[in-house]
Amino acid sequence: MSLLAVENLVVRYGQLTALRGVSLHVEEGETLFVTGPNGAGKSTLLKAIAGVVRPAEGRIRLAGADITGNAPETTARLGFSMVPEGRQVFPELTIEENLWLGVGIRRNRAAAAADLDHIYAVFPMLRERRHAAAGILSGGQQQMLVIARALMTAPRLVAIDEPSLGLAPKIIDQVYELLMRLRAERQLTLLIVEQSSTRALMTGGRLVLLRSGQIVLEGACDALDGATLERAYFGYDGPAEVTAS
Amino acid sequence: MTATLQILFDALSLGSLYALGALGIALIFGVMRLVNFAHGDYIAFSVFVLLWPTTEAVSILLLGQLPPILLIPVVIAIGALLSMASEVTVFRRLREANPATMMIASFALGFVIKHALLMAYSSRPKSISILPGLAQQVEVMGARIPLLQVVTILATIVILLALTAFLKRTRFGLEMRAAAQDFTMARMLGVKANRVILLAFAISGALAGAIGLVVVVQTGTADINMGLSVMLVAFIATVIGGLGSLYGAVVAGFLIGGASVLMQVILPLEARPFRDAFVYALVIAVLIWRPQGLFAPRSSRQRV
Ligand SMILES: Nc1ncnc2c1ncn2[C@@H]1O[C@H](COP(=O)(O)OP(=O)(O)O)[C@@H](O)[C@H]1O
Ligand SMILES: [Mg+2]
Repeated sequence: MSLLAVENLVVRYGQLTALRGVSLHVEEGETLFVTGPNGAGKSTLLKAIAGVVRPAEGRIRLAGADITGNAPETTARLGFSMVPEGRQVFPELTIEENLWLGVGIRRNRAAAAADLDHIYAVFPMLRERRHAAAGILSGGQQQMLVIARALMTAPRLVAIDEPSLGLAPKIIDQVYELLMRLRAERQLTLLIVEQSSTRALMTGGRLVLLRSGQIVLEGACDALDGATLERAYFGYDGPAEVTAS
Repeated sequence: MTATLQILFDALSLGSLYALGALGIALIFGVMRLVNFAHGDYIAFSVFVLLWPTTEAVSILLLGQLPPILLIPVVIAIGALLSMASEVTVFRRLREANPATMMIASFALGFVIKHALLMAYSSRPKSISILPGLAQQVEVMGARIPLLQVVTILATIVILLALTAFLKRTRFGLEMRAAAQDFTMARMLGVKANRVILLAFAISGALAGAIGLVVVVQTGTADINMGLSVMLVAFIATVIGGLGSLYGAVVAGFLIGGASVLMQVILPLEARPFRDAFVYALVIAVLIWRPQGLFAPRSSRQRV
């Protein structure tokens, strides 16, 4: 049984159909990248899983339980932790309060305290400023904070929407380095959304390519070659068009 | 000196009422972007339950008969319950609706409560005397101050401190502050929307009950419209304080209370009946100077 299974998901915003029958699955312990151009429906997919937007059709299962149309807090409590696009820190809460917020759904507070220690060990910058308002952090630091905050819920699956958005290349490298370290140390299952597939090919795992609300390509990152990906990404029909450009 | 002290106590006790009212409105606005215009009617309702429902001119005490040690918590609890009931029966169903719809619904709910009171009690203001001990004067540094003012100010300080501790030190408080900044994100971290909002309504309604008690002891009458003026000023205070900022709402409540009392003193005698015109002119000046309010929270600025 897949940890996450999405079947024929359709999401509409009024007249606009953002997802047209998307099916995918995430296995325990793996990393799945969802890539695709701006407006493809990547964020909508994560929001539908998180329960922030209601799908018109389709089913979403988390560890076998049907979570379609659940309230966000219900899905979070079942182990799906979402890091939305644009680093939604609570700017007026302290860094530690941001981290501690997600602990409300855990029974075992001692384990949560140990997790906090681990997170502080991985992100010493967060420990140093733990009593400062989160709003003062830089973009890269906020990205690390929201990833850390998601981990504090002891999730079974972490979904991250465009962790590289608006960050300098060097900072993106740092974010991914820490993310990969956490993935190894905590056996994380990850669902990562990125516009470009470059990062996915570097990081490894599986990849699905979303375009205009449909999956147009999927496969293991190390089995996909750049040319195939590029054709699928831009939606060229054949090599004639590629050479013409 | 004694005159100054008397002015100070007048200002602080009036400011206390406005601050508590503004806090009640700001708490709800914070978690669901609702300006609850029924708030004033919660205040009136909390007062009328002290009286036996009758449309006759007589006023017979109902809950008003309780000894103070019961009376105060019971009235505050009734305010909280009415407020929670309005969330469960009305506002919860409108949570996805736009703010204007919710605001209209709150107006309508206010009218329903008001007219229910009218049916039960008639529109005649009724004289009512509870907690008579508070009518005496006490001597504070040579000045004669009504005990009620001292109690109001002290109670407000206690309420503000307790609420601050609650918001800063408890998990509920943390969840409420997070929800006020970004409700969707808070929910994605497992914060239960219904619980946070119900709690905000409970605290807001409890504050309305407390205000009702102070106003009724002060005026000695139960009047259907008694919550209205406090509610209006409180609403203005939340805007001046910066919508969404609890701290700003409290400060602005005290500022408006202070300005009203000060105007009463410094305006020439002929102008005093028009005091409110001067107070509200000041309000407009402040809003032109800082349209976002004195303490607009960072998060709500980002939202725009
Ligand atoms: N709240 C919304 N209301 C209406 N249309 C939306 C909304 N959110 C997204 N869309 C539209 O849905 C499509 C998919 O958007 P999105 O999921 O954000 O894409 P991506 O994250 O891949 O860039 C886009 O055409 C976008 O304009
Ligand atoms: Mg997106």
